Amino acid sequence: MAANFFAAKAPSNKTSVKHVVDPTLQPWVEKYRPKTIDEVSAQEHTVAVLRKTLTSTNLPHMLFYGPPGTGKTSTILALARQLFGPDNFRNRVLELNASDERGIAIVRDKIKNFARQTPRAQAISSDGKTYPCPPYKIIILDEADSMTQDAQGALRRIMETYARITRFCLVCNYVTRIIEPLASRCSKFRFTPLDSESASLRLAHIAKAESIDINQPVIDALINTSNGDLRRAITYLQSASRLSSSSNPPTPILPLDIQEIAGVVPDNVISDLAQTLGIDMDEGMDIDDTPKAKHIGFDPIKKKVKFFMREGYSATQIISQLHDVVILHHTLNGRQKSASALVFAEADKALCDGADEELWVLEVALRVHKAVSSR
Amino acid sequence: MSLWVDKYRPRSLDELNYHRGLSERLKSLAASGDFPHILFYGPSGAGKKTRISCTLRELFGPGVEKLKIDQRVFLTPSKRKIEINLVQSNFHIEITPSEAGNYDRVVIQELLKEIAQTQQVDLGAKQRFKVVIINEADSLSRDAQAALRRTMEKYMSNMRIILCANSTSRLIAPIKSRCLLMRVAAPSDEEMSSVLQSVARKAKFTLPTDAGNKIVDDSGGNMRKAILVLEALKMQSPDLTGPLSIAKPDWEVYCYKVADLIVSEQSPARVMEVRAKFYELLSHCIPPTVILKTVAERVVDKVDEALKADIMHWAAFYEVRMRMGNKKIYHLEAWVVKVMSLSKHFFYNIDMSDFD
Ligand SMILES: Nc1ncnc2c1ncn2[C@@H]1O[C@H](COP(=O)(O)OP(=O)(O)O)[C@@H](O)[C@H]1O
Ligand SMILES: [Mg+2]
Repeated sequence: MAANFFAAKAPSNKTSVKHVVDPTLQPWVEKYRPKTIDEVSAQEHTVAVLRKTLTSTNLPHMLFYGPPGTGKTSTILALARQLFGPDNFRNRVLELNASDERGIAIVRDKIKNFARQTPRAQAISSDGKTYPCPPYKIIILDEADSMTQDAQGALRRIMETYARITRFCLVCNYVTRIIEPLASRCSKFRFTPLDSESASLRLAHIAKAESIDINQPVIDALINTSNGDLRRAITYLQSASRLSSSSNPPTPILPLDIQEIAGVVPDNVISDLAQTLGIDMDEGMDIDDTPKAKHIGFDPIKKKVKFFMREGYSATQIISQLHDVVILHHTLNGRQKSASALVFAEADKALCDGADEELWVLEVALRVHKAVSSR
Repeated sequence: MSLWVDKYRPRSLDELNYHRGLSERLKSLAASGDFPHILFYGPSGAGKKTRISCTLRELFGPGVEKLKIDQRVFLTPSKRKIEINLVQSNFHIEITPSEAGNYDRVVIQELLKEIAQTQQVDLGAKQRFKVVIINEADSLSRDAQAALRRTMEKYMSNMRIILCANSTSRLIAPIKSRCLLMRVAAPSDEEMSSVLQSVARKAKFTLPTDAGNKIVDDSGGNMRKAILVLEALKMQSPDLTGPLSIAKPDWEVYCYKVADLIVSEQSPARVMEVRAKFYELLSHCIPPTVILKTVAERVVDKVDEALKADIMHWAAFYEVRMRMGNKKIYHLEAWVVKVMSLSKHFFYNIDMSDFD
């Protein structure tokens, strides 16, 4: 009986049935997505402009761009929710992202159909609040840079024709991947990587809400491993908390755990590699320019690289961390850094082409060594 | 008669001899009811597979060991049929998508969707989800990885994915950020010795420390290789005392010969001789990268310090080209020519800086 019921029902309900996820298993990035635009951290300028649209009935077409995890999707979803409230959201907002089929056929069909409908009258809000509910609909095209040129081209007409009743919000990482005729019709909003203070506050907020105990070094580790991408930082935090709370007895979260989760090579291990290559790692202790005569042979370097491979660290990770050490180093000179920069670039390309990791870590190590031992 | 590597393979997390911290973590995750997607990565022979099957057992009990092997046929968009072998139990399924070559995306999409949409049928199952193990995940095409990314979020409620890879370098960031990363380093020399000792105990003989150390030295962190060698040695000389010679595989010996040929004479005739040997190796299906690395490492062991870095440089250089190109032999040969001319110039003391 039950089986029949589902078999008959499921296909017709396809779009409305969402997988119900147990809230305790919900990813924190979803759970702590800002609910209002004021909750969005660090994007003050954007938020200030958007706040005005809440009180006027006007909204331009918009283009949000910026690196991943800076709040683009959250901002537009929060804005739409504040404009329409939960009851009107469904019939006023169409949200499509890269995982939905968005070829030209869909643009002509689904998007156009939604764009041309006259906005439905405002439903009475069930939560007792009043929402501005302006007389237009919003179409959110998230990850718009993955749409084909053709599909973007087809959008152009639709955007123009139905502008009175439909506003578009395009969201992307690279503004250059949006064709000019679309981009020029939109007000552009740039989202910047989160500064460490804002990221730190947000992470602390989440930690508090989940009642987990983290200290500043842990937050710093989260921020350093995620490069201004708050989504990554939050995901790492959730994994770390999962590990620490499931161990018996629960253990505190350590910065080292975060690095391990993020696949980062611990700092001391990288310093050790740098030292083997002849890079001075005692923070500017010797100021006098005594030429370092220590000649490091081929074998110690090869041995060190073998060790790294045995430890299982990924080549791209090792190389990117070594890159930072060399390029930000206080006493290496410009020539030495430039010579190293060349091999970092070559290695990156080679690894993208699927090259053998050990050969290229060794190549980088040998060439950096050569660069830093010449003056 | 199964090999010792299989026969004495640990079956539960508690039996795993090394990386106890990792085992503890896996154990508590399995018990927590909040088991995430996991990416196991590390060098070959470090024990990733073993750790994964122990984790499965921790999750589902001994039932996961009842395996059946199925062959499934998938239809590509161009209506080509591809056959894939699936190893599965009632609770999990294991695939090696590289078997599908360029069509791995189709296999991933079809198979995962199918699994994700069928609920766990076994009512006695300890978990509500099924586990999908994807071997050699780092050889998945970008397309397949993109397809995986979406599935991982969508079907979290009744499926968990365990990826197994040598390195994370070739996995796209969105996949990595959806998994808990578990780095499985190769065991240290001491850890390897103790595993060998425990295998010996199970096989009921005593392993002299010297013999054990020798095997460990020879196997470069690869536990599987070490146990295979142990078994082979034990067959050769049952008491394992006295001087032991660990037989190198034929292809490796052959590579060494090639290296010696390169080092001992540099001439056009020698290039031809070496080329014939490369062909021989390739025709025995030794992967070209393995050939190049093995020969190069042997060559640098035998030449002057001043040449070593350059020889490895050209090995790295031609190895990528070999991957991009079609004819492996061209690139192997080019490397040999390069190495020979380097050493000739070095010998006659000519400044090489104008030649690069
Ligand atoms: N500026 C921000 N303020 C608050 N939370 C943010 C911000 N940026 C990102 N987040 C967090 O990161 C997650 C991903 O953000 P999202 O808006 O989807 O990023 P994207 O810019 O890639 O669209 C959100 O769920 C939210 O928890
Ligand atoms: Mg987004």
